[in-house]
Amino acid sequence: MDNNLSLTLKIWRQNDAKAKGRFETYSLDKVSPDSSFLEMMDILNEQLVNEDKEPLAFDHDCREGICGMCSLYINGRPHGPDDDITTCQLHMRRFKDGETITIEPWRSAGFPVIKDLIVNRSGFDQIIAAGGYTSVSTGGVPDANAIPIPKPDADEAMDAASCIGCGACVAACKNGSAMLFVSAKVSHLALLPQGKVEAVRRAKSMVSKMDELGFGNCTNTGACEVECPKGISIANIARLNREYLCAKIQD
Amino acid sequence: MSNLFCSSIGKKLLMSLSGLFLITFLVIHLTVNSLLLFDGSGDLFNAAAHFMGTNPLIRIMEPLLGLGFFVHILYGSLLTAQNNKARGNDKYSSGNKTTEVMWASKNMWVLGLTILAFLVVHIWQFYVKMKITGDPLLAHTVIDVAGVETQVENAYALVNATFSQLWVVILYVLGSLGLALHLTHGFWSAFQSLGASNDIWRKRLTVVGVVFAWVIGIGFSIIAIAQFLFFQS
Ligand code: HEM
Ligand code: SF4
Ligand code: FES
Repeated sequence: MDNNLSLTLKIWRQNDAKAKGRFETYSLDKVSPDSSFLEMMDILNEQLVNEDKEPLAFDHDCREGICGMCSLYINGRPHGPDDDITTCQLHMRRFKDGETITIEPWRSAGFPVIKDLIVNRSGFDQIIAAGGYTSVSTGGVPDANAIPIPKPDADEAMDAASCIGCGACVAACKNGSAMLFVSAKVSHLALLPQGKVEAVRRAKSMVSKMDELGFGNCTNTGACEVECPKGISIANIARLNREYLCAKIQD
Repeated sequence: MSNLFCSSIGKKLLMSLSGLFLITFLVIHLTVNSLLLFDGSGDLFNAAAHFMGTNPLIRIMEPLLGLGFFVHILYGSLLTAQNNKARGNDKYSSGNKTTEVMWASKNMWVLGLTILAFLVVHIWQFYVKMKITGDPLLAHTVIDVAGVETQVENAYALVNATFSQLWVVILYVLGSLGLALHLTHGFWSAFQSLGASNDIWRKRLTVVGVVFAWVIGIGFSIIAIAQFLFFQS
């Protein structure tokens, strides 16, 4: 007995940044429940190409949950119905035969649509460029134990560093706020001695870039944390608030 | 410090500090009002009202309280407007199915407006009558303050008469409900905005906040209901 799925797909199509978008409905038969969501999208595109229609544009790269490119808003949730995974890690067994799946791009003033399901997330790159790095010269490769770091700090820094910059936090937030992303990027450096050197400047420049780009203000709803594929905690947002307020008081 | 209050986090700092200030005011207000539950003669409440009306510290705090409300409402509305803009005009057609998000946290402005609407009626019913226009019900009464016979305004008579009307009681219960919901999220959120939270304290602060919010909300409601049901002569 084959348990393949027949699906109705309601997908956002938009020719370019300026064009008015619309939903189009496609049907797809014989989708294996073992295929990934993006494989299902590939099958749909192949079908469109064979029908001489324009394939769908959607972002993806690594397809193993580490690059942060994939970004689909599926049935009311960023990265779809599963928890703690990216779109590329979502599998079709999460869907029922005959189901209608609505697929939309991230929506937020900070992430304008470029084409179909692709949005412009360069705002995140600009925030990183504003200070999300260390510029201290480290010389040659030091011994791993040269700078002792308490295990809990190392763990927390590592957790914060797992942010892949996908933007699901902004997509889920009722305020279009980028605080979870910025707080992760500030935290993973602020927790470590190498990052502390520039912590004050970093917190100030990254927050001011975030504000300048028109991302919203955090109301602490916590939706970002629920939808983040990497489980970044909003405790990082509290840390960002601390870092920023202390930095400002020193001015 | 220069442009602190232009930044998103700086504005939230103002929301948090003004919110916490308003919370301390609520605690004092509820404490004084709770005297209404224990004393049908109203002497205790009149003594407390007299103390609050004449105490220099309270007189200084009064304009500060006004300022606190002003800042909180102004910045709350500003932040809400900015956030709506940042969300953008295009809505998700498949809606928002994110679970585990507290309803109050997404509706702080609407809940704030409920509080504000109640506040206008409340100020008009008591503050304006007691401080500005006066009211025949407030005619002086003599009470015993620490063994001394003192002439004070009969604030209790005004309270008692106001709460003899059913619509007032309903309005106060609705206002308290809005306030309770506002605080179920607001309490812990104020600490988060200050940076005074982490994974452990967040759980504690949320529990304390929810309990606190309902003590405040149910407390004010009970006083209004009790006045209506049990203290009408
Ligand atoms: C006694 C009355 C009030 C108390 C005790 C109170 C308390 C609080 C607290 C503690 C917060 C959390 C602050 C934070 O997240 O850092 C808050 C948030 C908020 N309050 Fe109030 N509030 C009161 C009245 C009002 C009123 C009248 C409004 C009118 C619009 C209002 C609007 C808001 C809004 C919009 C927020 C969310 C701000 C944000 O997170 O962006 N509040 N309130
Ligand atoms: S915090 Fe989470 S949701 Fe936001 S960009 Fe990073 S990985 Fe994506
Ligand atoms: S394609 Fe790289 S994380 Fe999904």
